[in-house]
Amino acid sequence: MSGQMFSVKGLESGYGQSQVIHDLNFDVAKKEIVAVMGRNGMGKTTLFKTLMGILPAFGGSISVDGRALEGLDTYRRVQEGIAYVPQGRMIFSHMTVLENIQTGLPSSANGIVPEELYALFPVLFDMRARRGGNLSGGQQQQLAIARALATNPKVLLLDEPTEGIQPSIIKDIAKSLREIRELRDLTIIVSEQVLSFTLDIADRFFVIDKGKFVYENQRANVDDKVISSYLSI
Amino acid sequence: MDGYSLSDLWSILVMQGFSGLSLFSVLLLMALGLAVIFGQMGVINMAHGEFMTIGAYTIYFCSKIVEKHFPEIMPYYFIIAIIAAFAIAFLIGYLVEFLMIRHLYRRPLDTLLATWGLSLIMQQIFRSLFGAREVSATLPNWLMGSWKATPDIDIPLNGLFVMAVSIVVTAAVIGFLFKSSWGIKVRATTQNRVMAGAVGINTKKIDRLTFATGCGIAGIAGAAFTTIASTGPTSGSLYIVDTFLVVVFGGSASLLGTVASAFSIAQAQSILTFFMTNAMGKVVTLLSIIVILMMRPEGLFSSKVRK
Repeated sequence: MSGQMFSVKGLESGYGQSQVIHDLNFDVAKKEIVAVMGRNGMGKTTLFKTLMGILPAFGGSISVDGRALEGLDTYRRVQEGIAYVPQGRMIFSHMTVLENIQTGLPSSANGIVPEELYALFPVLFDMRARRGGNLSGGQQQQLAIARALATNPKVLLLDEPTEGIQPSIIKDIAKSLREIRELRDLTIIVSEQVLSFTLDIADRFFVIDKGKFVYENQRANVDDKVISSYLSI
Repeated sequence: MDGYSLSDLWSILVMQGFSGLSLFSVLLLMALGLAVIFGQMGVINMAHGEFMTIGAYTIYFCSKIVEKHFPEIMPYYFIIAIIAAFAIAFLIGYLVEFLMIRHLYRRPLDTLLATWGLSLIMQQIFRSLFGAREVSATLPNWLMGSWKATPDIDIPLNGLFVMAVSIVVTAAVIGFLFKSSWGIKVRATTQNRVMAGAVGINTKKIDRLTFATGCGIAGIAGAAFTTIASTGPTSGSLYIVDTFLVVVFGGSASLLGTVASAFSIAQAQSILTFFMTNAMGKVVTLLSIIVILMMRPEGLFSSKVRK
């Protein structure tokens, strides 16, 4: 299919004997922002870890821009163009903000952080000499996004970016994500439990339940009551 | 301490202090390699002492070869031999990581046993290849003298030289870790291996290079060691306990802590053993470390950052 930037077919994965993700299929177009909604324990993080190669898939195929990713080591997938902002942000807390961003830079960049990253997140420039671990939650989230963008991704995976972050920063992050999408023609897949945030940015919605997609709709047709019913316990 | 005049005590303090510096240099180089490997991969390398022995034997064979075939470069060979000691220990470390360590990363206790077994195997290989007798490298003449600072104080030159080497190596390691792009990758992998992979760092390659570098530094420690003692198959294993002590006491997260801890342990041992027996000196050092660690469980220097 033309315009498909990210494609997943028949993905199966889990931990040891217990299968969590069951035969997942989806495509994401270039510049599209897709939200994967679901309650805790429904497989959002497992899905993302499998896409990144942190967890081995039991089967299925994953491709970015037509290039197959399955079986590759995590760092090779990053080189092929997917970047990952994990749940809990996973900043290198003992390293400075600048060094955190530099970890993501390709060696061709010679350690020089692109201006546009600081333009997107000015607070990171002001704090560049601070230890990552001493930033607030919202600042760490911005740092995690900047670090992921430093790898020059085609597809950005965000796992619950709003978790533990104050509402005003959530709005900032949503705005930055839309800006980045325009700036870099970026494809974004974001997992969430908070509907207000994804209604703000996503073009298309999936609901994941027990490792399967049980609902899919374009933003224009989304009935937030239906999604909410999946999210409430 | 009766029987010593004040000026005697001062001379003893200075001379023992300087001989403590040689011990400090060896311990520092050993601990540096161990701290890098332990900090990086959580691997407790019980065979670290044997990499020191490899370095020491390298110096010995270099000195024999030079003595026999190229006596004219005798005065300078030691510098080249140090580089050779690093290179050989690095290569063997690289192989060991590839063949053994990388299969054990998620099993710290197994690594402990496996590297201990490796250390026994390596000791036996040394014994079979080079004999059980201790050997001594022939040192260049300029290393053998001593500097008479005052009529009572004799400072051996080899100690000063070894200290200079260890300072240069320590500065280089710290420089690499904190200024180079390799260092950023190493520190990122140290802190969170999974996340480092997810920002595009080839953590397996970083692990292998780091382990090999740590072993290479142990090789340089072996070079330093040849200037203060003779080399036998078990020379390295005599240092491994002290080295672990240095790493734990210094705080495994901090290289500066490693330097401070190597210094205090070496000086304490060197000065105490003059006034007591060797064993008592060790006992007093160890007891003080235990007391200090009870008060500061994370070691001398712990880093202050939110988790």
